[in-house]
Amino acid sequence: MAKQIEVSDLDAYYGSHKAIEGITMTIEPRSVTAFIGPSGCGKSTFLRTLNRMHEVIPGARVDGKILLEDQDLYGDDIDPVSVRRTVGMVFQRPNPFPTMSIFDNVAAGLRLNGRRSKSELEGIVESSLKDANLWNEVKDRLNKPGSGLSGGQQQRLCIARAIAVSPAVLLMDEPCSALDPISTLAIEDLISKLKNEYTIVIVTHNMQQAARVSDKTAFFNLAGQGQPGKLIEMDETSKIFTNPTQKATEDYITGRFG
Amino acid sequence: MGRSAFRRSHGEGPFRYATTGAGILVLVIMAAIAVFLIVRAVPALQANSANFLTEQTWTPNASPPAFGIAALAWGTVISSFLALIMALPVAVGVALFISHYAPRRLASVLGYVIDLLAAVPSVVYGLWGVIFLVPFMRGPSEFLNTYLGWIPLFAGESVNSKSILTGSIVLAIMILPIIAAISREVFLQAPTMLEEASLALGATRWEMIRMSVLPFGRPGVISAAMLGLGRAMGETIAVALIFPATFTVTLQVLTGNGNSIAANIANGFGEATPIGQGALIASGLVLFVITLVVNTAARLVIARRKEYSRAAA
Repeated sequence: MAKQIEVSDLDAYYGSHKAIEGITMTIEPRSVTAFIGPSGCGKSTFLRTLNRMHEVIPGARVDGKILLEDQDLYGDDIDPVSVRRTVGMVFQRPNPFPTMSIFDNVAAGLRLNGRRSKSELEGIVESSLKDANLWNEVKDRLNKPGSGLSGGQQQRLCIARAIAVSPAVLLMDEPCSALDPISTLAIEDLISKLKNEYTIVIVTHNMQQAARVSDKTAFFNLAGQGQPGKLIEMDETSKIFTNPTQKATEDYITGRFG
Repeated sequence: MGRSAFRRSHGEGPFRYATTGAGILVLVIMAAIAVFLIVRAVPALQANSANFLTEQTWTPNASPPAFGIAALAWGTVISSFLALIMALPVAVGVALFISHYAPRRLASVLGYVIDLLAAVPSVVYGLWGVIFLVPFMRGPSEFLNTYLGWIPLFAGESVNSKSILTGSIVLAIMILPIIAAISREVFLQAPTMLEEASLALGATRWEMIRMSVLPFGRPGVISAAMLGLGRAMGETIAVALIFPATFTVTLQVLTGNGNSIAANIANGFGEATPIGQGALIASGLVLFVITLVVNTAARLVIARRKEYSRAAA
C-alpha cells in the first residue's frame, strides 16, 4: 500500500517565477520524511507538486519527473484527480467541510470514489477515526458538524478524512502550526503510528518536531529573494541534526540564520 | 494641562446622534407610509360589497363596488415563482461559470456584462416582451398546449401568447442578472482552503464545487433568489404590458387569463375613483404582506442551517 516516490530534476513555477529548481530525491515507503528550511524556500511548493495540487493555482506549472513506484505522476495520460486520490494531503489549517457532519467529513472522499453500502461506509469511517485517534472523542456525536470540534480535533478529523480513502502517500503541510502543544503531541503520536502503513511527508518549521517524528530530513534553502529554492541536503534525521554535511544546514539547525 | 488623557473624543457625540437620528427617521417614515396606506384602504374595504379575500372580480369603481384580491395575488405568486424556477438554475450556472470555469479575462468581461444587465430599466424588458416575445411565443405556447396539455399548467381550451407564461419569461430574464451577479460574488468568496480540501481528496472540479462552493454559497444564493423573487413580485410596467388583465384564479398559464397586483395598480390607478384608489392601495398592502412572508420564510431556511454554516474558515 505505501509507495516509494522518486523525484528527478524537478522545477516548479508560478507564472514566470521559478519557485524551486532541480530537486532530485527518493522518499522511502513506510517512513516519515521531513522537509525543513526557511520561509519561502519552496518546501511547501515542492510538497504540493507531489500530489499535483501545485497546478490548481492559475499559472502554476511543473517541469521534471515524479515516479510513484513506476507510475509517472506527470505522464501525459495521467489525470491529476486520480493522483490526488492516491496521494492524500493534510493542510496547515484544519479545513473540515463546515456544512458536513463529522461522519460525512470522513466519508467525503469515499463517496467521491463511487457508491458504497451504508454498513461499509460506517465501518471505514469508524476505522479511520480510530486510526486518527479521534474515535473515542467523537463516537457519540458523529452527526454533529465537524466545525464544532477543537482545532486539534479538527486536524485529526482531516487526517481521518485523508486516510479513509487508503492513500499510498500522506502529505502534511505544517499540520501542527495552528495547534497548541498538547494537540501537536497528539498529532505527532499519530504520525509515528501511521508510518507503519503509509509513506508520510511532512513540512515543518519546528525543528524539534522534525527531529522527533521523522526518519529522514531534507533541508531546503534559497540563495536570496526571488531566487528559486533548492534541496541542499537530505539524509537520516539523526545525521542531519548531529553531523550535517553542508555548512548551510548546520547554520540553520543551530539557529544561526533562518 | 488639566485635560484627561482618557477624555471622550469630540466627534463621538454628534456622530452617534446623527446615526441614531437617521435610523429613527427611517422607522418613522415607514410607519407614516403604513398608516397612510391603511387609512386610505379601510374606507374602500368597508364599501366593498364582495369578499376581499376570495372574490375574483375587480370593479371597485362601480356602484356598489366589488373587488377581491384572490386572482391578483394568485397571478403575482405564480408568475413570480415560475420566473424564479426558470431563472435560478441558469443564474447559478452563469455565476459558477464566471467564478470557477471561465478564463480570468473572459470572466471579468462577463461579470461586467451581467452587472450591466442587472441595471437595465424594467420597461426595456417589458417593451422587448411585447414587441418580440409575445408574437414569438405563439408557436411554443401552442406546442406546449398540444403535446404537454396533460400537465395542468399547460392545459386550457385556447392559447393566448399574451399570457402569464410569457410574462414569467420576461420576469425570469429580468431577474436573472441580479441573481447571477450576487451568486457570483458569493461563490468567489468560497474559502480556498475548503476548495483545496476537496481537490486534495480527489474531487473533480464539479465535485469540488458541490462539496465546497455550493454549501458555502447556499445562504447567499437563497438571499439572491429572494431578492429576485421580490423584484419579480413587485415588477409593474414590464408585466402590465403583457399580462392579459383578467381576474381569474387559474393554473393554466398559457391561456389569456391572469394578472398581478402591481400590473393591476399600474393599469387601473389613472381612472380610479377614490374608492377604486383605496382598493388598489389595499391590494398593494397585500403585496407587501406576501413579500414579507416570502422573505421571512427564506430567512428561516437560512437560519435552520446556521449550526453548519458557522464556517471554520
